[in-house]
Amino acid sequence: MTPPPAEAATMGQASAAFVPAEERRPPSLSVGPIGWIRANLFNSWASTAVTLVLGYLIIRWTLGFLDWAVFNAVWSVPGTGQAVNTTACREMKGIGACWALIGEKYRFILFGLYPFDEQWRPAVCIAIFVGLYVVSAMRRFWRRELLFIWIAALTVIGILMWGGVFGLPYVEQERWGGLIITLILSTFGIALAFPLAIFVALGRRAHNLPAVKALCVVYIELIRGVPLISLLFMASVMFPLFLPEGMNIDKLLRAQIAIILFAAAYLAEVIRGGLQALPRGQYEAAEALGLSYWQKTGLIILPQALRMVIPPLVNTFIGMFKDTSLVLIIGIFDLLNAAKTSIIEPAWQGFGTEAYLAVAAIYFVFCFAMSKYSAGLETEFNRHRNR
Amino acid sequence: MPNDAIAADPRYARRPPTRGMTLSWRDPTVRNIVWQVLILGAVAFVVWWLVSNTMRNLEVRRIATGFGFLGREAGLPIGEAMVEYSPADTYARALLVGVLNTLRVAVIGAVLATILGTIVGIARLSRNWLVSRLAAVYVEVLRDLPLLLQLLFWYGLMQALPGPRQSLNPFGNVFLSNRGIKFPWIVWEPAHTAALLAFVAGIAATWALARLFRARQFATGQRTPIWPYALGLIAGLPIAVWLLMGAPWTVDVPALRGFNFSGGGTVSPEFAALLLGLVLYTAAFIAEIVRAGIQAIHNGQWEAAGALGLSRGDQLRLIILPQALRVIVPPMTSQYLNITKNSSLAVAIGYQDIVSIANTTINQTGQAIEGIAIIMMVYLTISLSISAFMNWYNARIALKER
Repeated sequence: MTPPPAEAATMGQASAAFVPAEERRPPSLSVGPIGWIRANLFNSWASTAVTLVLGYLIIRWTLGFLDWAVFNAVWSVPGTGQAVNTTACREMKGIGACWALIGEKYRFILFGLYPFDEQWRPAVCIAIFVGLYVVSAMRRFWRRELLFIWIAALTVIGILMWGGVFGLPYVEQERWGGLIITLILSTFGIALAFPLAIFVALGRRAHNLPAVKALCVVYIELIRGVPLISLLFMASVMFPLFLPEGMNIDKLLRAQIAIILFAAAYLAEVIRGGLQALPRGQYEAAEALGLSYWQKTGLIILPQALRMVIPPLVNTFIGMFKDTSLVLIIGIFDLLNAAKTSIIEPAWQGFGTEAYLAVAAIYFVFCFAMSKYSAGLETEFNRHRNR
Repeated sequence: MPNDAIAADPRYARRPPTRGMTLSWRDPTVRNIVWQVLILGAVAFVVWWLVSNTMRNLEVRRIATGFGFLGREAGLPIGEAMVEYSPADTYARALLVGVLNTLRVAVIGAVLATILGTIVGIARLSRNWLVSRLAAVYVEVLRDLPLLLQLLFWYGLMQALPGPRQSLNPFGNVFLSNRGIKFPWIVWEPAHTAALLAFVAGIAATWALARLFRARQFATGQRTPIWPYALGLIAGLPIAVWLLMGAPWTVDVPALRGFNFSGGGTVSPEFAALLLGLVLYTAAFIAEIVRAGIQAIHNGQWEAAGALGLSRGDQLRLIILPQALRVIVPPMTSQYLNITKNSSLAVAIGYQDIVSIANTTINQTGQAIEGIAIIMMVYLTISLSISAFMNWYNARIALKER
């Protein structure tokens, strides 16, 4: 049967040349910035209401904060030291911030009672610490040499802080204070807790050594069950009783030991997570190669297990960095205690908000950098999962 | 194959070769025993050394030992106590007040932090960009600042409030001053206690009824709406009890007398600052846990729930949250433990919790070892109890596997 001529003609035309419909742009209200705003801020009446209310509150509070922190702020006051005149600040109290406090006290907050002319030494130490963190964060330095870099840097910091050699005047430890104490407590705390934590984690997994395993379990659970404060109290009032007569270690070291013991218990649990997550085949293959326990652990198990738990390890570091502020309670001059002390003089009393905001900014910079770094590593390690 | 057949088979008659009792370093059993003896010996030696030093030091410094001081008069004033207490009471009672104060701030804090944290966690997943950004900023900022700094900051703000005479009056008869928050409070009478008991009974009855209805739904497919019964039992019953007992309602309004307020309820500035700091800090962590828990649920679950015609709220409540709870509960346990342990920072702002009172006890009696032992025992007991409860709850909601 032959089709009617008209139909045949259209069919022939269609198969000969396909003419696509004219390209049309998507509706202008659903693309570009307008489309984004519609989809993310005003996509339903409830969402619109929330956006408007929140937007109003945010703008109002931001303006109020700017008024207080910038436009009405007092940036300097006449006089210095004991002769300072803070009337200008007092008049603006509640209306404008008194940043003059920070201008007057920033060296105290950063360096504590360290001799004024020698304060470049803790400043250099802070720079070394920051450099050490940056180097340790770079994957290209994740090699055995990093250990030597750490030992060298910590030695240099010790020499700079104490002095007494190379023509540097000796500065007794009682005069150290401020940011450097926070960095020392957290860095040494983590650096020394880490090896201890590895041994404790391995001990907890040692099923063929029941006595050692029990010892590690008791240690971890005991430390994790009590607050850090109780350990710091122990360091400050009980340690002196533990030592033989005549032997005495100073308060900072005692607090440091408490922080190391505390951090080790938490790190051990994180590391145990890595040891457990490693497939059994890795252990068995290492044994099949005839490696001894320590060869197996050092060459096969730990390099893989530690790598797996780097993100949670960084989170533990952040926690420890914040927790060093607790030494304030036993009277050690860390960053937070320096801020608290800076407003003790009658002239500066009542300007706690300014002092605390300033040190909050310092804590935030350190912790935020670490937390972003940890999040980045996590994404990188999980890349194979989200394709 | 029957057992005696195995025994009869000559191939099974051969025993594995027995090893002689040679003590060799190559024998793993021997090695393990030697290592354990060495390690335990070293630990025991260190402990013995510390204990003997302590004994000698205590003797030299003439510090008394033992818990005899618990029965002595404490003479330490406590601002807020949940049980009857006066400075003439014993140390044991003062410490009990401290434990109760710790539990009070920890329990209220845990409840409020869970509520706030869940809200913030869900807000972080909101489709509204402004809401999710705001929640993200809240979490990042609060998580990255030391809790102690936040506590000092809030306490500083509380102390910077004007005195009672110039106190702020945000609404009604609520007054904010540097002496704390004052608010109207009803005069407590037996009828109120009865109404409270009726409220608790109403919740229990609603729960039982809900189980009954669910069982009926499973059996017959018939759905019975629970909410009218719930309303009657939870709201109606206590009101009825209260009305029957004479409906006492005397409001005690705080009034300025001299230099301070009298009457009404009070929240001390220390408690308010501690609670505020703990709740805001812990909520940031809980928000992350809730968000991670919800995100762990596969997208298909949302889509399937949507395909069933459930609204987004119902999808969350009926499909997503029950599954997310399995991911959420274990890390939540550690947050509850953390809020309890973090409440010990109270000592820095003068709220009298167990650490603060034990610390004062140590200073007054000089018995540091006993004081710290008490603090540690209290926290260990609380920690182990919370862990045990949360493990039980976790086992209850865990996926039932065959």
